[in-house]
Amino acid sequence: MWDYLKLVVLGLIALGAAIASNYAWDLAYQVNAIIVMLAAGITFLVVLRGMDEVKTVNTNEYMDGVVRAGVIATSFWGIVGFLVGVVIASQLAWPWLNFEALNGIGNFGRLRPLHTSAVIFAFGGNALIMSSFYIVQRTCAVRLWGGNLGWFVFWGWQLVIVLAATGYILGGTQSKEYAEPVWYVDILITVVWVAFLVVFAGTLMKRKEPHIYVANWFLLAMIITIAMLHLVNNMAIPVSIFSSQSVQVTAGVQDAMIQWWYGHNAVGFFLTAGFLGMMYYFVPKQAERPVYSYKLSIIHFWALIFLYIWAGPHHLHYTALPDWASTLGMVFSIILWMPSWGGMINGLMTLSGAWDKLRTDPVIRMMVVSIGFYGMSTFEGPMMSIKAVNSLSHYTDWTIGHVHSGALGWNGMITFGALYFLTPRLWNRDGLYSLKLVSWHFWLATIGIVLYASAMWVSGIMEGLMWREVDANGYLVNAFADTVAAKYPMYVVRMLGGLLFLGGAVIMCYNLWMTVRAQPSRVTSHAAVPAE
Amino acid sequence: METYSFLRQFADSWALLSLFLIFLGVIVWAFRPGSRQVHDEVANSIFRNDKTPAPADDPKPHVKEA
Amino acid sequence: MAFLDKHKAIETHATLLMVLSLLVVSIGGLVQIVPLFYLENTIEKVEGVRPYTPLELAGRDIYIREGCYGCHSQMIRPMRDEVERYGHYSLAAESMYDHPFQWGSKRTGPDLARVGGRYSDEWHQDHFRNAKSVVPESVMPPYGFLFNREIDGRYIENVVRTHAMVGVPYTSDMIENARADFLAQVDPNGDSSGLQSRYGAAAVPNGADVNVRNFDGQPQLTEADALIAYMQVLGTMVDFSTFTPDASR
Repeated sequence: MWDYLKLVVLGLIALGAAIASNYAWDLAYQVNAIIVMLAAGITFLVVLRGMDEVKTVNTNEYMDGVVRAGVIATSFWGIVGFLVGVVIASQLAWPWLNFEALNGIGNFGRLRPLHTSAVIFAFGGNALIMSSFYIVQRTCAVRLWGGNLGWFVFWGWQLVIVLAATGYILGGTQSKEYAEPVWYVDILITVVWVAFLVVFAGTLMKRKEPHIYVANWFLLAMIITIAMLHLVNNMAIPVSIFSSQSVQVTAGVQDAMIQWWYGHNAVGFFLTAGFLGMMYYFVPKQAERPVYSYKLSIIHFWALIFLYIWAGPHHLHYTALPDWASTLGMVFSIILWMPSWGGMINGLMTLSGAWDKLRTDPVIRMMVVSIGFYGMSTFEGPMMSIKAVNSLSHYTDWTIGHVHSGALGWNGMITFGALYFLTPRLWNRDGLYSLKLVSWHFWLATIGIVLYASAMWVSGIMEGLMWREVDANGYLVNAFADTVAAKYPMYVVRMLGGLLFLGGAVIMCYNLWMTVRAQPSRVTSHAAVPAE
Repeated sequence: METYSFLRQFADSWALLSLFLIFLGVIVWAFRPGSRQVHDEVANSIFRNDKTPAPADDPKPHVKEA
Repeated sequence: MAFLDKHKAIETHATLLMVLSLLVVSIGGLVQIVPLFYLENTIEKVEGVRPYTPLELAGRDIYIREGCYGCHSQMIRPMRDEVERYGHYSLAAESMYDHPFQWGSKRTGPDLARVGGRYSDEWHQDHFRNAKSVVPESVMPPYGFLFNREIDGRYIENVVRTHAMVGVPYTSDMIENARADFLAQVDPNGDSSGLQSRYGAAAVPNGADVNVRNFDGQPQLTEADALIAYMQVLGTMVDFSTFTPDASR
């Protein structure tokens, strides 16, 4: 019965998408509609073929299939996102790489949201979904709630990514940074995200452990807050049901405030709270000792989620945003330094008494460096939110460097650590294929980040100073074009840094692949499998 | 300017005070006496049930450890 | 029964955590966003700012589509060098009809808030085709394809109407004539009195007349026409003689 309903709904979606693609006003919409039609069609066939199967749910096992898929998707989108990053970094150094013949679809302006979304929402999002599903099952001691809803979340998220990516290239965008997907993709994101919340909260409700482990607090806060941010920032009215174009409900100064309330908290909750959830699980697990201070983690949690949400206006210092708002943003950003470092110390000190593992275990080394980068960027961030510093750093490459030391160093490294942790366990393999390759990955990535961040510091501070330089008579010394020319060497170094980081990630994929393919199965210690 | 001045004054006084009190409250709550045992228990919960869920007939798997 | 009671308490616990977290994360946004809609001093009272003409609006949509906001800001800060380089610092009133805002966050290229009227149409044509031909240091991608894409304002009425729905003061007259105005603005030999009566000096207190030109220098109406029309109006609307800075802001 349930299956028949699914078939009807999927059939209707496919039909509706086919009609929509026929009446499309623009190319992005048309291609997106065809993709939706194909996705619904394929799902239709899968449901149809599976109808005769007897469905058994083994509550004595964790639902790890979806986590395995998440590991693959995270690695795949990571490579895609880093690769596009290297491409657009090269375009800035060598603008002839914006090929006229591509008629705009390969221009920097269209590829840049592709890079940011691929890295944040495809790589980071898949990392979050997969580790949430893994962590919540283990810490609640129950199978993932909701059955195939978990799979819906996974595939729904992949569809979101594909629709958004094809949309950007073909010109479908809302122009709100990190929220570029157009209105119908936003609706799909909402549906998938609510399903994510339902699966996660449902598992929490059903848990066997009396307490909710702190990692789940961070993950839950991430899911809820992102839902709130997404809904408010994407309030828009479509121009037509057959057009990818929409008009934002808010305008000017209010829209700017909402955008950066969203934008900064996409960093604060998606890339920080969510990844802190990963840290609070994977670091103690890999170090084989409980988190340094559970009390500190509670304070860390409440202080972080309360303070972060205020920090948005520091993106709008000295703009037409009223002063009171940007001052609030600055003050809270500076206070935010404390819980951030509280969390960093908590993560690092988890290793106290086991520091020797840093020498023997490259995975833990990766996690520790990621926490180090977390500490570094959560110091740099509050500093850059100070108005006087911001007057120099804003609009420059310094901001780009800051974002990347956080994204590559913190989010990237902790995700790599999680992938190295998960792969042998999920595929039941006896350890990783090669720890030596992990070391290679570690050093390539670290050197890459250092090159990237230092190039952007130099270039950002240089251009900031060049812009404001005046001579004795009070005239500007440099034309804008002079600063562009002066940045060329730094752009090349930045591209090289990105290339090293990408190289490391490719090595990781090979290592994970060989772990699954070539490593012997773990000698099962499935002692005492409980009776059905 | 009426609303603006009022909000500004409120934010600088009562709102600030209440936020600070909430902050103290969270700290006191986290460090309340007797919480240590609970917290140690929770912090170690990640080392249980790694391979399989807790058996269906065991509502409190953690008690074994305690 | 005792077990059931406990189980219930646990369930409430997860819900409680959700509710509490939502509450805690709502406060900051509420305090920072809501007052911006109600405080009288958020948007300055100045004259001259009008909604974009249909052609300018179409140009703005191309600006958005091509991701120009990724490299160009439209927000001049009041620092000396910025005012010197780009002109008077930006007012909130100047972007009050921008759905969504285009302040940007990065200057890989220069600020565009007051680029209108600063360069000739011919300069823009050369610059969009090949930026290096006029600025040798430029790293801007080529946009020559915009000159080959003809547009006819087929859907412009829907766009203008949607903007009216979210509060931009487009009158029903403006909406009905959106396509006519769209075409009139690129035809210097045609009759643009209707366009001017709706958007020009006559319609806006202390406003200026709308630029009516063949913006792309080609006989046909292309995306380049719309984009250059948008470039040329940026920052030209506000009449600063009606502006008095507000100390409390």
